[in-house]
Amino acid sequence: MLYREAGQFKTSYAADQQLFPIRQDRIGVLVLLAVAFLAVPGVASEYWFSAILIPFLIFALAALGLNILTGYAGQLSLGSAAFMAVGAYAAYNFQLRVEGIPILASFVMAGLTAASVGVLFGLPSLRIKGFYLAVATLAAQFFIVWCLTKFPWLSNNSSSGVISTQKLMIFGHEFESPREKYLLVLAIVVFMALAARNLVRTSTGRAWMAVRDMDVAASVIGIRLMPTKLLAFAVSSFYCGVAGALYAFCYLGSVEPDGFSLEMSFKILFMIIIGGVGSILGSFLGAAFILLLPIFLDVALPWTAELFHLPFSTATVSHIQTLVFGALIMFFLIVEPHGLARLWQIAKEKLRLWPFPH
Amino acid sequence: MQFFLEVLIGGLLSGIMYSLVALGFVLIYKASGVFNFAQGAMVYLAALSVVGCMEKGAPLWLAIILAFVIMTLFGIATEKFVLRKLVNQPPIALFMATIGLAFFIEGLAPMIFGNDPRALDLGIVDEPIEAILDSAGMVISKFDLVAAGVAALLVTSLALFFQYTRIGRALRAVADDHQAALSIGIPLQHIWAIVWGVAGFVALVAGMMWGARNGVQFALTFTALKALPVLILGGFTSVPGAIVGGLIIGASEKLAEIYIPPVMQSLFGGNFGGIEGWFPYVLALLFLLVRPEGLFGERHIDRV
Repeated sequence: MLYREAGQFKTSYAADQQLFPIRQDRIGVLVLLAVAFLAVPGVASEYWFSAILIPFLIFALAALGLNILTGYAGQLSLGSAAFMAVGAYAAYNFQLRVEGIPILASFVMAGLTAASVGVLFGLPSLRIKGFYLAVATLAAQFFIVWCLTKFPWLSNNSSSGVISTQKLMIFGHEFESPREKYLLVLAIVVFMALAARNLVRTSTGRAWMAVRDMDVAASVIGIRLMPTKLLAFAVSSFYCGVAGALYAFCYLGSVEPDGFSLEMSFKILFMIIIGGVGSILGSFLGAAFILLLPIFLDVALPWTAELFHLPFSTATVSHIQTLVFGALIMFFLIVEPHGLARLWQIAKEKLRLWPFPH
Repeated sequence: MQFFLEVLIGGLLSGIMYSLVALGFVLIYKASGVFNFAQGAMVYLAALSVVGCMEKGAPLWLAIILAFVIMTLFGIATEKFVLRKLVNQPPIALFMATIGLAFFIEGLAPMIFGNDPRALDLGIVDEPIEAILDSAGMVISKFDLVAAGVAALLVTSLALFFQYTRIGRALRAVADDHQAALSIGIPLQHIWAIVWGVAGFVALVAGMMWGARNGVQFALTFTALKALPVLILGGFTSVPGAIVGGLIIGASEKLAEIYIPPVMQSLFGGNFGGIEGWFPYVLALLFLLVRPEGLFGERHIDRV
């Protein structure tokens, strides 16, 4: 009744090809954006902004980047955290060394730097595939983090590579409070998510999906593998790089190379597995799930332990967290390989018939 | 020259330790086509269960048998509850499931056996062999030699097992072609359970050697990260590849650690130690550009 596209006639190509072809989707997205931009800043507390909402948006952006590479172009990468590190350090250095560069410009430059590094480490994908490639991306993970630690120039000679980010000045206004930072991050993430949604339905996006499904077949029908794969690496690393810059500038304020660890790469990978491989919405759902789960367990476990009078320590909490993460990954892969996004899709299909299923 | 030789031999011997872990990957990959990222976690679990059983009062031999039982049961459970449900999924999905499995073990094992680092005493001392030290002036650890011996023994017995036993033949048949093996009546799922059991055994051996050398602690899970470049260098499907790959990686990594940082220091200034972390990967990566299937890996042919 509520969610039904019957009667929505498309009378022009533009109308048929718009980003959200169904009216209810358009309204839904607009309502969601209105809530995020207008309602949330009014009600959320400082803790919510700086501990939950900002990291959620940033990780969603990174997951989106990995999803473009893994979900759409089918190249598994275990080095996304390293590309975030490149973004963070590049943005810092552009701010530091280029006189008067606007902060947004340095974010874009950070993304482009990450993209070029991504292309470099994407080169092996032309020769090697599957697991070999996944292991090869680990080279990026370890090598980049090592470089950032060992080359003092990159962190302006600070000890062990720690950088403290500069002020966020945009048009003479300083973004200082968590609320302002949240709005800035939100604007960037929304823009980039819409761009990604647009990108994956263009011929580029379709070429990626063809390569993902079978690259030999794709090249037979005339898709040039090299530019297609490298572009996927570039775009994906661009997203991760911008996410890394935001991570440093808007979330932590001070980062070190070792913070961008392999564990973080895995976390981002888990986000797209749980959220949905090959889905823009899934990146957001997965990021929310992976970030909220530890918080939930932190609260729920002591309470449960008390209920059953079990002995209890903080070490156990972290073990249980790891265990639950692992179990959930396997559970999702077995039960719902397309992730939370697929559940949402099923819900939408049910909604189309509701409340008269016959 | 002598120093070079000493570093080289030390590297080769530590490479053997990597091979021990890499063997576990190869076994499972050959038989079931699963790239088991959880092998490092299994090494950790195996070492922990040996130490855990010994803490409960069991002597070493009993602890090893108990740990072997635990690893086998664990392998069978993995096959039954995770991999069997993922049949016909793309290999990448299976790979990601084993990453989940790794996390699962890393959470579960310390909850059962405790997470504080402990020593594992196998009765082998980690000290230089005096005869070589006196005659050639080189420091070569007794422990490393024993580890190399164990690895050689393991590989030989695995080779014999694969070559001459009924189960070994069935394993090779499954590795060759799942469908053909099924059609001549080899029970695929039993075979997979056995493979996971054997991989558990290899993990146990690796876990004991690594645990005796570095102590039983969480860092054992990172042995998998050391074994991955060995794997891609040697090829995922080859037991000799794992050994040769381990030797190459071990030797070149130690040599690079000695000889590259001074060069870089003279070029850029600063301290460039710790290249062991990434050097094997970059080496393996460069190698892959020339031979995408590794040294001894099977060449795959794409069909559309």
